[in-house]
Amino acid sequence: MKFIDEYRDGRAAARFAQALKKITTKPWTIMEVCGGQTHAIVKFGVDELLPSQVTLVHGPGCPVCVTPLELIEKAIEIASTPGVIFCSFGDMLRVPGNTKDLLAVKAAGGDVRIVYSPLDALKIARENPDRQVVFFAVGFETTAPANAMAVFQASRQGIHNFSLLVSHVLVPPAMEAILSSSTNRVQGFLAAGHVCTVMGYTEYEPIAAKYRVPIVVTGFEPLDILQGVYMCVRQLEEGRAEIENQYTRAVRREGNSPAQGLIRDVFRIVPRKWRGIGEIPQSGLGLQPKYAEYDAETRFGLAATSFEEPRECISGLILQGVKKPHDCPAFGTVCTPEHPLGATMVSSEGACAAYYRYRRRDSRQQAAGGMQ
Amino acid sequence: MENDTKSRSTPAFSCPIPIEQYPHVLLAHGGGGKLTHQLIEKLFLPIFGNPLLETRHDGAVFELGSQRLAFTTDSYVVRPLFFPGGDIGTLAINGTVNDLAMCGARPLYLSAGFIIEEGLPMDTLWRVVRSMKQAADSAGVQLVTGDTKVVDRGKGDGVFINTAGIGILQHGVTIAPTRVKPGDAVLLSGDIGRHGIAIMAMREGLEFESTIESDCAAVSGLVMALLEAGIEIHCLRDLTRGGLASALVEIAEASGLQVQIEEAAIPTLEDVRGACEILGFDPMYVANEGRFVSFVAPKDAEKALSLLHEHPLGNQACRIGTVTDDASGLVTMKSRIGASRIVDMLSGEQLPRIC
Repeated sequence: MKFIDEYRDGRAAARFAQALKKITTKPWTIMEVCGGQTHAIVKFGVDELLPSQVTLVHGPGCPVCVTPLELIEKAIEIASTPGVIFCSFGDMLRVPGNTKDLLAVKAAGGDVRIVYSPLDALKIARENPDRQVVFFAVGFETTAPANAMAVFQASRQGIHNFSLLVSHVLVPPAMEAILSSSTNRVQGFLAAGHVCTVMGYTEYEPIAAKYRVPIVVTGFEPLDILQGVYMCVRQLEEGRAEIENQYTRAVRREGNSPAQGLIRDVFRIVPRKWRGIGEIPQSGLGLQPKYAEYDAETRFGLAATSFEEPRECISGLILQGVKKPHDCPAFGTVCTPEHPLGATMVSSEGACAAYYRYRRRDSRQQAAGGMQ
Repeated sequence: MENDTKSRSTPAFSCPIPIEQYPHVLLAHGGGGKLTHQLIEKLFLPIFGNPLLETRHDGAVFELGSQRLAFTTDSYVVRPLFFPGGDIGTLAINGTVNDLAMCGARPLYLSAGFIIEEGLPMDTLWRVVRSMKQAADSAGVQLVTGDTKVVDRGKGDGVFINTAGIGILQHGVTIAPTRVKPGDAVLLSGDIGRHGIAIMAMREGLEFESTIESDCAAVSGLVMALLEAGIEIHCLRDLTRGGLASALVEIAEASGLQVQIEEAAIPTLEDVRGACEILGFDPMYVANEGRFVSFVAPKDAEKALSLLHEHPLGNQACRIGTVTDDASGLVTMKSRIGASRIVDMLSGEQLPRIC
């Protein structure tokens, strides 16, 4: 299948693995930012093909995982309000709030619907003028243009029973937060390919220069990731710290200008709290004042609250790449996909879910005679 | 960078309610994956508990006089009622016929219970019933008893159908996960993922370049051909909800052995793969309605495959793996790029990707 099979070819993967072995002379720690990349790595076993000196750590690129507990609780409160149609991407429905998740609200009679696009939610608003329709606008920069378009269209079409519960986060501030941390071990990055399809990669240039880290814009297939790692290691071995683009078939340096324009028109940069990490200044998107009527938090007048995360959950450390899922004592025992303590075990892009689904425990994997 | 700082917090549970303790039934409890299993293990089995039920197979096999009979039931709640490649009627017949075949039985007689929503067009009912007749004739079974109920408008999705079936075991074989042995060949009868994608495409109004049709079909003919040729079959499982992955995991767990498969050996239609890639679905977990896996003695693997290839429904049959003597009860898969991973059951339903 075009654009899929070529990038999953076993022989090409082996050749990349060989080439990597040849150029790697020192230990390197590289972070892949995007949850989709984490999943591909674990699912296809890409990390098994890397030389032992190269360590991949998983970053906070899972928008579901980093949506703060307080916002999940607000979502639950809104979804439980009579007359509301609450629309969301599927993954958000299973993220644990304080005592329940959105699926439980649905089971108890709330009108919670999975949609594939915010424009579907807008359509539902148009077709149900007597109901309040709220869309859970989660994501990095990748999903921001579609969410912006939904608000833009709502305004143009005079649809007023529609609002967004916004939880957008931005990648560059997260990378800076990781790099400026005293416990940082990350020496190079694989940047999130689809984020860069929208935003381009000019904003990474000052980061690479300031912290002296190579950043390679990388795709999501196994060969993309292998090539991205190769390019990153090559830079590290050569002492370079530049932006390179592995994902040339989908990313240009300047990105998608009309999409960026729409984002700027509808959203502005705000501080955001990242679940498990804390507040990072200037790291999120919120609606511009002129679109304030489409903000669900304002419309539903929800009070600010604060909740404690379960103490055993170390998803914050996992999202920062400081620990791996197997380092967590709760992993696979108290914390499983049926009984998740944190969002990283719930989301299809979460590191813990990926490891649980494909690796369970390292020792069990060995016992299963998996390595060939 | 610090973890969440403690501020004014409400006294509450420190961890969310785990799924098995939810006070309400969730859609996922009907998904065929982990939650369905939990419901069966924790609710139905303890209450009804008897040796026949505890085999946890697709149907119950028991002796009546000198005959061995198989008995099974299934309910059909699919929406939309009509989809490319079939309808609720064909599903209702073929699903139960297939469950009997998975016990190694020749399907004979079916019952059908209809729960019809007030307001359903009579023409729709007529179409469904005609489909059922056609499917029954194809599978060589008769509908011999039935029941009809009508519920208020809004209390049913058009029509729900339950079918139960009886079949006869003629070949002296015992087919069950406990019969699976190390060295057994794992055979798959055809390409996977068609039914689930066909339904999803219709339900969500997704359009692909070519219409993907459900694979809904009776596989009893294929199974009878294998049995009649004396193939040493240890276990059979048809792939329904939860897909290929769930069927293999169930058998691995029940047999206590390791099932090793190769990703590259699993056939999928290009269109189905494309749809799955767009939606972020794994074809291994997508529903099928006309496919099964068989665990056969290694000496009979080649012969079984050539028999399946002679049948139009089995022309894509292939070997996808082997049972090893590792007592792990896990399914492991070698990926296209040569690395290995565990194949697990999903908890809850597969959810489309976000970005």
